[in-house]
Amino acid sequence: MENVQAQPASPTRRKLPQELNILTVLIGVALVFELLGWFVQGQSFLGNPQRLTIMILQVSVVGIIAIGVTQVIITGGIDLSSGSVVAMTAMIAMSFAQTSEFARAIYPGLTDLPAIVPILIGVGLGLMAGLINGALIALTGIPPFIATLGMMVTARGIAKWYTKGQPISFPTESFASIGSGAWPVAIFLLAAVIFHVALRYTRYGKFTYAIGANAQAARVSGINVQAHLVKVYAIAGMLAGLAGVVTAARAETAQAGMGMMYELDAIAAAVIGGTSLSGGRGRIFGTVIGTVILGLMMSGFTFLRVDAYYQEIVKGLIIVAAVVTDVYRQKARVKKG
Amino acid sequence: MISTTTLQAIEDFKSKARPYLLEIEGIRKEFPGVVALDGVEFRLRPGTVHALMGENGAGKSTLMKIIAGVYSPDQGTIKLRGDEVRLKSPKDALEQGIAMIHQELALMAWMTVAENIWIRREPRNALGLIDHKRMTANTRELFDQLKIGIDPSAEVNSLTVAQKQMVEIAKAVSYESSVLIMDEPTSALTESEVSHLFEIIRDLRSRNIGIVYITHKMNELFEIADEFSVFRDGHYVGTHASTDVTRDDIIRMMVGREITNMFPKEEAPIGDVIMEVKDLGLEGVFSGISFDLRRGEILGVAGLVGSGRSNVAEAIFGMVPATEGAIRINGEETTISSPADAMRAGMALLTEDRKETGCFLPLTILENMQIAALQHGHSRMGYVDESGLRILCGEMKNAMRIKTPNLDERIENLSGGNQQKVLIARWLLTKPKILILDEPTRGIDVGAKAEIHRLISNLAKEGVAVIMISSELPEVLGMSDRILVMHEGRMTGILDRAEADQVKIMELAAR
Repeated sequence: MENVQAQPASPTRRKLPQELNILTVLIGVALVFELLGWFVQGQSFLGNPQRLTIMILQVSVVGIIAIGVTQVIITGGIDLSSGSVVAMTAMIAMSFAQTSEFARAIYPGLTDLPAIVPILIGVGLGLMAGLINGALIALTGIPPFIATLGMMVTARGIAKWYTKGQPISFPTESFASIGSGAWPVAIFLLAAVIFHVALRYTRYGKFTYAIGANAQAARVSGINVQAHLVKVYAIAGMLAGLAGVVTAARAETAQAGMGMMYELDAIAAAVIGGTSLSGGRGRIFGTVIGTVILGLMMSGFTFLRVDAYYQEIVKGLIIVAAVVTDVYRQKARVKKG
Repeated sequence: MISTTTLQAIEDFKSKARPYLLEIEGIRKEFPGVVALDGVEFRLRPGTVHALMGENGAGKSTLMKIIAGVYSPDQGTIKLRGDEVRLKSPKDALEQGIAMIHQELALMAWMTVAENIWIRREPRNALGLIDHKRMTANTRELFDQLKIGIDPSAEVNSLTVAQKQMVEIAKAVSYESSVLIMDEPTSALTESEVSHLFEIIRDLRSRNIGIVYITHKMNELFEIADEFSVFRDGHYVGTHASTDVTRDDIIRMMVGREITNMFPKEEAPIGDVIMEVKDLGLEGVFSGISFDLRRGEILGVAGLVGSGRSNVAEAIFGMVPATEGAIRINGEETTISSPADAMRAGMALLTEDRKETGCFLPLTILENMQIAALQHGHSRMGYVDESGLRILCGEMKNAMRIKTPNLDERIENLSGGNQQKVLIARWLLTKPKILILDEPTRGIDVGAKAEIHRLISNLAKEGVAVIMISSELPEVLGMSDRILVMHEGRMTGILDRAEADQVKIMELAAR
């Protein structure tokens, strides 16, 4: 009885990292819009740097969230609360970022604060929301879907309750500046680099993948699975808080309706980028590309003057298609093994 | 020379003289890397209880799953009442009259007894809605026949294990099944429940139903079975009437294989006591486990599946911490409430189920191998010393002869034996003082087995204390310095290498 099934995978398949597939999709999507651009609109889609800049700026906020969501999905979980956390942190951060020139500030005694104060408040609140998510999941054992669904509703509620639905405006110039120019993109890319390194080169990352690949085996290997999950959800919350701050600064106003459905866009970006919903697999680089693909499509549809309603329908189909692809990939592997 | 027609006539005559309900011939079933069954035959007469006997891994469950339509055989024929059949699924088997009572009962907890029995066949009223009254009445009638005293409208959730089993049996009868497969039905029953079950089984037998009865318990065999078939290592050994044989005969049939020299146990100097386990227990699972373990010693643990062997290992390693008793490491009492605690105390545990609690299937060999070592060093300020670990893992890969082109291959692409080596390497990288191995060679091929045995011997020589749980008696006998035998959550004895043999172990393990 020789070692019949010790079949090393073909070297060609190994040499091609998953990222390459996603890059191919990105290029494909871009080319499709380029072609359609010439046919339908008689002009280049990619040849317009301004359009691409706007596109990148638009998806940066979703991208920041998606970096956290990717890590949550790698552990085999899900975070539905990020969009609402964006709204909550945007509102509360903004209330500490108002200028004294505005007569009806929320906290008249606390105007003209240095920008770092509202930033830390927003990020800190996001972190707390994430800690609560993580603690609920780790300590009570309820499914992440339910825990973060609760946070999704609660955080949105807090955002509305905070000013009884009124928007908050008139931030200081220094606060508004972090949402202007290339700052959102820079923050997005910086977060991507940090967590790319964290996932690939640190114990934090190794444990994150291990838990998602097999939580039981992770525990047997001495990993404190619960404590680690709390960390991962806290980081995801913190990034959602950061996204909230950026959103408020960029809009120079905060409203309770902000970040609506961002959690789904973020999940879509992660899944399109190759992160597996069954856990243990996924890369930040893929999520960055997934975010850009999502942005390209939205921008491309607008460019082609496709109705906004169709855009949503198509987006839904794409998300499902990405998950179906993942499921087929899993099945193919199971058959092989 | 006898002509084929004559042969055929003889066969016909035979089959008429001894009409079998179920006939299985030449069955072969292969799983990746293992031949589970080869050339297996089995014949069941109507109105008999036919026990399947064999050690763990002998192929009983695979055969039973083939009969129940869970697996389809690679080769061989299945005849039901003389006609060849193909069982495409458990549902197909059920419709052809073969029902299986699973060890883990498969009832829907939040539905009533009646709903469970008649699911997909509910009686309907004139409006096409489910007629609950009739369903309850039908159930009551069925229960009366079988002398089962359960309320048809009770929720299954509220029943005892024995009652749930009765419900499953009644359900099988309601399908007018002629073959009933029972997989260790008494494993979770009290004595009085067992005698009730046996009454029901005898009643079913009198209705000409053939019952395939899988058990590890010798006395049950003599009490309830008419015939029994023995299997060993995926092969059919023989069928006998249970009145013709003694206990010892059966044990001999079950274990009587040649012991080849595939266990290169080398004498290792036995050192000081490193671990003392005193009266260890886990409520409702096992109790009263006491032993000393010395450096360089290999302590084998034998016992049937379900005897609590793995639970003891999991308790010592903190996966499911013990509720009573104490563990001393190097003379100091140590509380172990998580695997991390156990690892700090110098322990390592290779778990029984490679897939469930061992491998990280989506990850690479390197990632699988380094994960436990990452708990102790190999990282600075959280940064993993990837290049150092890669060198260590590479050395480990060569030393253990793991067959793979490189460490970045995914572990799921390896054979079972090579996966097992990766998992052992994972623990060796933590430099354990006490190594617990639960079924270290299950489901892997002969070559890899021998290599793992050699490795275990070498570790013992280096002073590592080894606890080795195994269902394969030759392995336990060949490798161990002492053998602890368990039966139903209790320790029934510790045998020295010199006095131990297969029969002694089976006697302690099977009672």
